[in-house]
Amino acid sequence: MSILADILSATILFMIPLLLVALGGMFSERSGVVNIALEGIMIIGALCSCLFLRVMDASGFGPAHPQWAMFFAILVAAATGAIFALLLAFASVNLKADQTIGGTALNMFAPAFAIVLTWAIQGQGQTTILIPTWSRITQATLGVAVNGSFFQAFLFKSFYQTTIWAVFLFIIAAVLLYKTRFGLRLRACGEHPQAADSVGINVYRMRYAGVFISGFLGGIGGLAYTLAAGSAFQSTVAGYGFLALAVMIFGNWKPLNILGASLFFALFKILGSYSGSIPFLPKFENIKASEYIYLMLPYIVTMIVLILTSKKSRAPKAEGIPYDKGRR
Amino acid sequence: MEQKKRRSLHIPGGTSILASLISIGVGLIVGLILLYALNAKAAGGAFISLITTGFRSSDKFAKVLYQAAPLIMTGLSVGFAFKTGLFNIGATGQYTVGAAFALIGAIQFQLPWYVCLLLSMIGGAIWGIFPGLFKALFNVNEVITSIMFNWIAMFAVNLTINNLPMMLAKYWGGAQMDRTANLAQANPGALIPRMGLDTLMKSNYMNISIFIAILFAILAWVILSKATFGYELKACGYNRNASIYAGITAKRNIVLSMVFAGAFAGVGGGLYFLAGTGQYTLLKQLLTAGFNGIPVALLATSNPIGTIFSAFFVSYIQVGGDAMQPDFVKEIIDIIISVIIYLAAFALLTRELLARGKQRREDEAEEAAAAEAKAALTADADADVVEVAADAATQEKDEVSKS
Repeated sequence: MSILADILSATILFMIPLLLVALGGMFSERSGVVNIALEGIMIIGALCSCLFLRVMDASGFGPAHPQWAMFFAILVAAATGAIFALLLAFASVNLKADQTIGGTALNMFAPAFAIVLTWAIQGQGQTTILIPTWSRITQATLGVAVNGSFFQAFLFKSFYQTTIWAVFLFIIAAVLLYKTRFGLRLRACGEHPQAADSVGINVYRMRYAGVFISGFLGGIGGLAYTLAAGSAFQSTVAGYGFLALAVMIFGNWKPLNILGASLFFALFKILGSYSGSIPFLPKFENIKASEYIYLMLPYIVTMIVLILTSKKSRAPKAEGIPYDKGRR
Repeated sequence: MEQKKRRSLHIPGGTSILASLISIGVGLIVGLILLYALNAKAAGGAFISLITTGFRSSDKFAKVLYQAAPLIMTGLSVGFAFKTGLFNIGATGQYTVGAAFALIGAIQFQLPWYVCLLLSMIGGAIWGIFPGLFKALFNVNEVITSIMFNWIAMFAVNLTINNLPMMLAKYWGGAQMDRTANLAQANPGALIPRMGLDTLMKSNYMNISIFIAILFAILAWVILSKATFGYELKACGYNRNASIYAGITAKRNIVLSMVFAGAFAGVGGGLYFLAGTGQYTLLKQLLTAGFNGIPVALLATSNPIGTIFSAFFVSYIQVGGDAMQPDFVKEIIDIIISVIIYLAAFALLTRELLARGKQRREDEAEEAAAAEAKAALTADADADVVEVAADAATQEKDEVSKS
């Protein structure tokens, strides 16, 4: 039973970054900007928030008020992610550059910058930033007595504040996109910017907003990934930004579908890493290093799913095309 | 006049080289600022070693050429796909599969180097089919497919190599568990020939791979600018609907373009690992060589001949970056390259600005010349008028005197 709790808990843990980042990508693409820079945005958000957590730890504020420090770290991740994303907005909105190439530049910049900064702050050869242990929410944080129940094992195995915020942010994102004037305008800019412009919507500002929100969510997603991946930030998010892009496409650029898609992928990812301890999975005993089969699995499943859903897949019509007022 | 106006519509080659040089210059300045910000004392020396190391000794220069060869190939791969309007971010996966095919041929089957190179080409081409096919048949974005197949390639190669007993260094008496056999031990015939270049350059890194890569660059140039097939590829890249309307089968071209792109990247992997100086390590990380093809292609504006020079440049600053250690971490080079790509992302804008500036200067010069000519003409005319007046006056005088 405890292994089931472990698997469910780990699935939720890895689902959170995918969900947040894919939602971020959704806002950007719905406004008409292809955001391939999500990977880089995640790294920058994770880098800055982990450095912030380290400062909090050293100053004594963190151990004293762990969840407040964590809350501020999430804000730092969101803010730095959003600011970094503005570089993409500037290139793709103001300069009308190729969005994919601009995003690639940011993806290349982020890990290199993270390594350089980590070295500069922590000294030569120190490429990891340790996350303080107080960042996790435990039974003690909530004042609950420890008992060995299934529910507690599931909830407190790896429970972070990012999980709570992700739930809120998901609801806010869905409402924002479908139930507000802003959301309608944003979607209009991704479908037919000329028409949007003709009724007085500032397309440039809307696209900036879309990319900004994607940076905001992407940054938090970066922190959530780092918390999920282990006890330290190592200047990488291991392709999660790209996986989130696939989740977004699989989720057909819609919040609820993205929720389902991220759960699906997280489950396959976790099955891969727990393959050894799940009794009913085939073990491939005559093949050496069979863990690679399970590591490959999420990517292969992604491809199959993308092919199967490709008929129904409908990207925002104007995504990737720089909006030029002068062009009809 | 008409002729000149028309020329500025199509951006001349000179300005795209200038635009790339400006991007490089700004990237290097950012790097210099970063060096000063991190460690002002060592910055000057580090920057000098960054920009001079490659030429400082024949050994270092050989290393530049050695690294440039696979970069040319991955750059060609990305650039070739660009010409058809596809973004091949999967050069890494194709490179990895190419390398694996070459190494399996070399170690497991003990084949000579040219067969191994051919195998690497086939391996890369096979891996290039997927993004092309999925794009053509199912309209799945090639960027997503390529990224997924990068990871699949890496895991599949690791799985395969682990299951071929001869492949690992341990079988040949090596100490490490996690890498493929040293080619010099396993099959010296699979090493790319050095033809005495290594003794000439006094470097183990030197072999003929750079010349093979340049030959491929020329081949790519011939395909793209001299063959009908290449013309069709470019037509698909410029305007897919127009090319379909003109009777070009766009779907076939998308697949073929990715197959060619994959083959180039695969050869890159073959060239690198058949040199014998690097052994494939079984890590859970993607190889960066394929990603570095992107800046190479962008700097060269996807021109195959330009790719040779831009690959040389990227390799050159990478060798320089290695020389900056241990004062600085070599990832600073990645920051410089990323700044260069960021600028290259709006290279078209820069190029247009340059072209427009040039046009304006030409226009101004032309206007000035025209004004001058006009002034001269008016001056002449004035002089004529004066002369005529004078003539008239004399005539009048004559007439007066006659009467």
